[in-house]
Amino acid sequence: MSAEASLELNKKEQPGAPKKRGAWFVHGMKNGIPIMMGYFAVSFAMGIAARGIGMNAGESFLMSLGMVASAGQFAAITLISQGAGVIEMITTTLIVNLRYFLMSCSLTQKLDPKMSPAYRFGLAYCITDEIFGLSVSVKDFLEPLYTYGITLVSVFGWCSGTVLGVLVGNILPDWAANAMSVAMYGMFLAIIIPPARKDLFIALLVGISMLASWIFSTAPVLSSISSGFRVIILTIVIAGIAALVRPVTDEDDAAAGEQADGYAEGAAEAAGKEGGHA
Amino acid sequence: MHKNVLFSLLVMTLTIYSIRLLPFLFLKGPIRNRWFRSFLHYVPYVTLAVMTFPAILEATGNPLQGVAALIAGLLMAWFSGDLFAVSITCCVVVFLTGLIL
Repeated sequence: MSAEASLELNKKEQPGAPKKRGAWFVHGMKNGIPIMMGYFAVSFAMGIAARGIGMNAGESFLMSLGMVASAGQFAAITLISQGAGVIEMITTTLIVNLRYFLMSCSLTQKLDPKMSPAYRFGLAYCITDEIFGLSVSVKDFLEPLYTYGITLVSVFGWCSGTVLGVLVGNILPDWAANAMSVAMYGMFLAIIIPPARKDLFIALLVGISMLASWIFSTAPVLSSISSGFRVIILTIVIAGIAALVRPVTDEDDAAAGEQADGYAEGAAEAAGKEGGHA
Repeated sequence: MHKNVLFSLLVMTLTIYSIRLLPFLFLKGPIRNRWFRSFLHYVPYVTLAVMTFPAILEATGNPLQGVAALIAGLLMAWFSGDLFAVSITCCVVVFLTGLIL
């Protein structure tokens, strides 16, 4: 970004927000701390799961550094353990992580038109539920260094948790490993249930999805479909029908989807709470 | 085996980065197609719900512990919604039920 563009950005920031770009980076690192802690716990469980299918610490580290995705990596571990083919890996990764596409769409609306296009390549890497949530909730244009600060700290927690899960997960007693194995699902519930509470249609969608998933995993012929393709098929069919039954209204679209706001609120809240202690 | 793991990771890392990058490269304005917009809107809920159930039942050795974790997670997510809190609640419930089951 040119110095001129940078000045332009600073003019537009809200009072109380950092004025210098370096300060935005530090501000981001601070707000990244609660995310880092949450990531550490979840990725520790991820490391245990990765080790369970025979992945070593280096491979697990590369997976966490490269993908930075909870559900995505969870699916990746399953795919690797099944020896899935390239097509299935690409399709499942696309479907399971499609929400990042939506978030990226949303975050493009927060960018200064004068920002150097090079930042777009960096910001794309930073798109996770929580980092997106914090980034999209700033006023006016987003300073990319803010997102980079959050990401640096968060990804550190994500990767170190994964590696430790692989390395010391095995010395954990069964009860502890069992307990951590459900952390991932708890995280998924925390993402889908709060919006379901506000919107009965989404609650219905979640219920139908779980029921269909249960039928697919137990019914005679259907259960032979791999879990990766089960996710793809059910997502396309159920979300596709839902989009026909109740198309998103223009008001919903104000921020390219309601859930974006949900994430933003949750993450900002969490960051605020933790910030108070720090 | 490990060669395959690295190859798989490369494929999936490039795929996931592409998903995140494409909108940054090509999005000049909001998406116009209403059905596609709505579809994208509903995708995370369906995907995560499908991935959670019934897999959570098989996560630990005992399906009953899975049921307990699911119920506790649902309640916690409904009333608190905090990612970390919900996650930890599920873990604690599995630990506690493990003591008696």
